[in-house]
Amino acid sequence: MAAGFISQLSTTEPAAGAASIRATRDPAWLRYTLLGAALLFLGLFLVVPLAAVFTEALRRGVGAYFAAFADADALAAIKLTFLAAAIAVPSNLVFGVAAAWAIAKFQFPGKSVLITLIDLPFAVSPVISGLVYVLLFGAQGWFGPWLQAHDLKIIFAVPGIVLATIFVTFPFVARELIPLMQAQGTDEELAALTLGASGWQTFWRVTLPNIKWGLLYGVILCNARAMGEFGAVSVVSGHIRGETNTIPLHVEILYNEYNFVAAFAVASLLALLALVTLGLKSLVEWRARQPVRT
Amino acid sequence: MLRTLAVFAAAVLVEGAAAKSVELRNVSYDPTRVFYLEFNAAFAAHWKAKTGDDVVVKQSHGGSGKQARAVIDGLAADVVTLALAGDIDALHEHAQLLPADWQKRLPQNASPYTSTIVLLVRKGNPKAIKDWDDLIKPGVAVITPNPKTSGGARWNYLAAWEYARRKTGSDSGARTFVAALFKNVPVLDSGARGATTTFVQRGIGDVFISWENEAFLALKEFGADKFEIVVPSLSILAEPPVAVVDKVAKKKGTTAVAQAYLEYLYTDAGQDIAGRNYYRPRSPQAAAKYAAQFPQINLFTIDEAFGGWAKVHKTHFADGGVFDQIYSR
Repeated sequence: MAAGFISQLSTTEPAAGAASIRATRDPAWLRYTLLGAALLFLGLFLVVPLAAVFTEALRRGVGAYFAAFADADALAAIKLTFLAAAIAVPSNLVFGVAAAWAIAKFQFPGKSVLITLIDLPFAVSPVISGLVYVLLFGAQGWFGPWLQAHDLKIIFAVPGIVLATIFVTFPFVARELIPLMQAQGTDEELAALTLGASGWQTFWRVTLPNIKWGLLYGVILCNARAMGEFGAVSVVSGHIRGETNTIPLHVEILYNEYNFVAAFAVASLLALLALVTLGLKSLVEWRARQPVRT
Repeated sequence: MLRTLAVFAAAVLVEGAAAKSVELRNVSYDPTRVFYLEFNAAFAAHWKAKTGDDVVVKQSHGGSGKQARAVIDGLAADVVTLALAGDIDALHEHAQLLPADWQKRLPQNASPYTSTIVLLVRKGNPKAIKDWDDLIKPGVAVITPNPKTSGGARWNYLAAWEYARRKTGSDSGARTFVAALFKNVPVLDSGARGATTTFVQRGIGDVFISWENEAFLALKEFGADKFEIVVPSLSILAEPPVAVVDKVAKKKGTTAVAQAYLEYLYTDAGQDIAGRNYYRPRSPQAAAKYAAQFPQINLFTIDEAFGGWAKVHKTHFADGGVFDQIYSR
């Protein structure tokens, strides 16, 4: 953009000549140094580690790579991760839309408190959020004795993992939608209402189409975090192999057992999920920028 | 031919109908991973042959103190196999999960195998580490896990303490020594295995205070050409104990099989697996068989030097105890 601006300047004011180009344009060495530094930084901190994951995973060949996924504990971990995401993402989708709708389109007392609460999981360390569930539902916790008397298991079992996942991914959808809906205002909804549409009709036909790309974007981010979460889940998991290990926890176990190929193989699955997420995210961003077709 | 097939099929059917499948959960500490993998398979075969039932043992591993905390918080363990008696005492103290005298229910303080604490150094011993004294020299980076969460780290701490106490003749001398030692520790991992990877895999530190079995395992996994074991002049007899968690097992109806599981640790087969995985077996036969692999070390017990875990915990590792005082300074 800077280059385009400069060239425009020099064509409209040819008299100024080379001097003005030099005055307004950074020297080549500076531009290339900055570009080089940025690329080097990206390469060192993103590309090299990502490449290392796949190189380590394939160190002993494709056979060993796939053997890591044939292991019963690995399969259980993959299943559990998908299960947690399959519950957490839809829950947060419904909650996020409801909260954003309430916050952006209506005025009510306590609105700023609600916005702050939505941000809480971003502010709190995931380990603390895990510990909170232990304090609530652990055997020595507030509801512990009641849960034990009724033979209900929450922490060190699947429900705890799902709860922790929902907690840490709570803000993603709502946070994505609130600014978008606020910017859009309530004009279209008011128009729909005056034309006789019911509340539901207004939501389905006016509000939802307006926010669909932002919503999808939030869901993708939410899903990525749900599958990759380590801290909170680690606290409530109990690390029982084949039962309460998710993919990130399984990677840690394999690594700690000197099983590096399998650790990196399973880690590469997470990396692939991240790459797919990035691809989807770019696609959504690109689609959202397209002019609205009528 | 058909008849035999039919008989065989019937036998399989009867067998299939009668065989139960039992699930046990063993909550253990960090370095026992490979050992229990092998032991669980052996026990499953033994139990199948004896009763016809299938038993699946699910493992959970982590720093011993952290694991005890999880069991107290409701992690349903049928058996615990932890790094030290103090952590199992905590199960009684904080949650009444088993009786106070749990350690008397199995032979030899309920510790079917023992181990000790040794020093692991890089090949050629570049910092010339020979004994505990060398760990407090300036410029020596020492790796040990955190005594607050790791059982192995507590044994490390106590071995160093007793060495210094015998040398200086006083507790205050020991305290100065251990404080100087922890000044040389760049990272405190939460469990023994994390500390091993820090030293072995990430290449941090000059000397690693380690469980003997963990040190042998590192030599086996990464090659004897990379590390050396240094045997200190004095070390501690580490007795990692095992116990059935009564409250959980009773509720799940697994008391009998959980008890049999722990007793199997004391059989020839169990002792042999322990020796093969670098734990010092208790039975004289297995101990003799594996005697050559273990160095001779002058060992003391926690009871004779410190008067038992309850006392040690209160003085050294409880909140505000000696460890907190020297480490926060």
